[in-house]
Amino acid sequence: MSEMRRVTAICNGTVIDHIPAGHALQVIKMLRIDTHRSNPVSLVMNVPSDKMGRKDLLKIEDLELNQEELDRLALISPNASVAIIRNYGVAEKRVVELADELVNVARCTFSNCITQNPREPLPQKLILYSRDPIEVRCYYCGKRQDLGDIIDNLI
Amino acid sequence: MSDVVTMDDLSNEEILSILEDSVRLVPVARGAVHLPLLEGKVLANMFYENSTRTRMSFETAMKRLGGSVLNFSSIGTSVAKGETLYDTMQMVEGYADIAVIRHPRQGAAQYSADAIDIPILNAGDGAGNHPTQTMLDLFTIMEAHGTIEGLNVVLVGDLRYGRTVHSLSHALIRFGAELTLVSPETLMMPDEIVNDLRSSGATISESTDLVAAIPDADVIYMTRIQKERFPDEDEYAKVAGIYMLGAKDMNDAKDGMIVMHPLPRVSELHPSLDSTVNARYFQQAFNGVPTRMALLCRSLGVEIPEEVKK
Repeated sequence: MSEMRRVTAICNGTVIDHIPAGHALQVIKMLRIDTHRSNPVSLVMNVPSDKMGRKDLLKIEDLELNQEELDRLALISPNASVAIIRNYGVAEKRVVELADELVNVARCTFSNCITQNPREPLPQKLILYSRDPIEVRCYYCGKRQDLGDIIDNLI
Repeated sequence: MSDVVTMDDLSNEEILSILEDSVRLVPVARGAVHLPLLEGKVLANMFYENSTRTRMSFETAMKRLGGSVLNFSSIGTSVAKGETLYDTMQMVEGYADIAVIRHPRQGAAQYSADAIDIPILNAGDGAGNHPTQTMLDLFTIMEAHGTIEGLNVVLVGDLRYGRTVHSLSHALIRFGAELTLVSPETLMMPDEIVNDLRSSGATISESTDLVAAIPDADVIYMTRIQKERFPDEDEYAKVAGIYMLGAKDMNDAKDGMIVMHPLPRVSELHPSLDSTVNARYFQQAFNGVPTRMALLCRSLGVEIPEEVKK
């Protein structure tokens, strides 16, 4: 638990533990807490971990992640553990589970996909083609999606 | 569902059953037998891209079975005014019982299938899939060899952008064929497709040399280098005309080897090849009629009688 003491305990919010080392910034981006929110965020990178060797950790104050947000997280950090903190205690543990289908999470990155027309009304849909290694494809055009590009194409 | 968007929408048993139905429908396709199974049904032929064979063979297939056809082209219609595919398909659902769609954008057929409830047959979406072409290709190979298992099929030309070879290669592997992929380096089969094929246990070799592949081939499947899919003219010029077959190349071929091509051809098949026993591409184009008849019937839930009599 020594790494947990690197930053102070939070009163209310979400703690995301067991993020693969070096990926915390991507997680922040995927959760869109870097642009659209003003919640205080503590970020710990590359701390020793028994399970993972090294890991990253995030503490987001005054924000409880919902399932849709966890779906996003699962793409780059499928084994993360998420704890909802209320009044300095763990109120809930949430499981990050990679859904078989990601609806309206990100746009297909393929320039010739039918969904590139922003006026087409059907939802953007990505499907999980393989869990290990994670491979995501567009439901409509079938193109494999680069996980790094997905972060830039979040809806 | 009765949509056919990719070959994955059909099980191996269904494919074989459709091929058997197609055999029985050959006399109907030739006009020798009148069999109005689809009388009163309307097909919408939704072509957002040029087509000769696919469009005409669907139209012939529908009409020979007593149905009628609405032909749509994106030029001069509401699409030119900016109508979405979603909206156009809502309209089609009100006018037709089944729709065939060809579209320059990949995923358009699946999108249409999700947008409306009438059956959708994918007639080519960008560089994606072209499953009805695959069905007629399988039919042509079965017609010549009686089987697909164990055949060495050489796919030649534009394997990168050619949707025909993408759909076909998946199907051939499912029936146990071996693939030899011959293309210039810039037009090789996309890695994700080759990896998929290999992970399903396929035997695949890749080469840039067509001549070396001829003696071991059971089928040579030529494709056109598609000028319209190249981002610039210089890139096209580098590879145009790189593979050509003529009658004299058949001297090295095995007995029974067939040459196929989805057509149109440019220079890759010399006219001298047309009169050889190996040439099968015009027969292949005809085979689009009985196979599309069988596919239309299947999607519309119409059974084809066990015996088709005069």
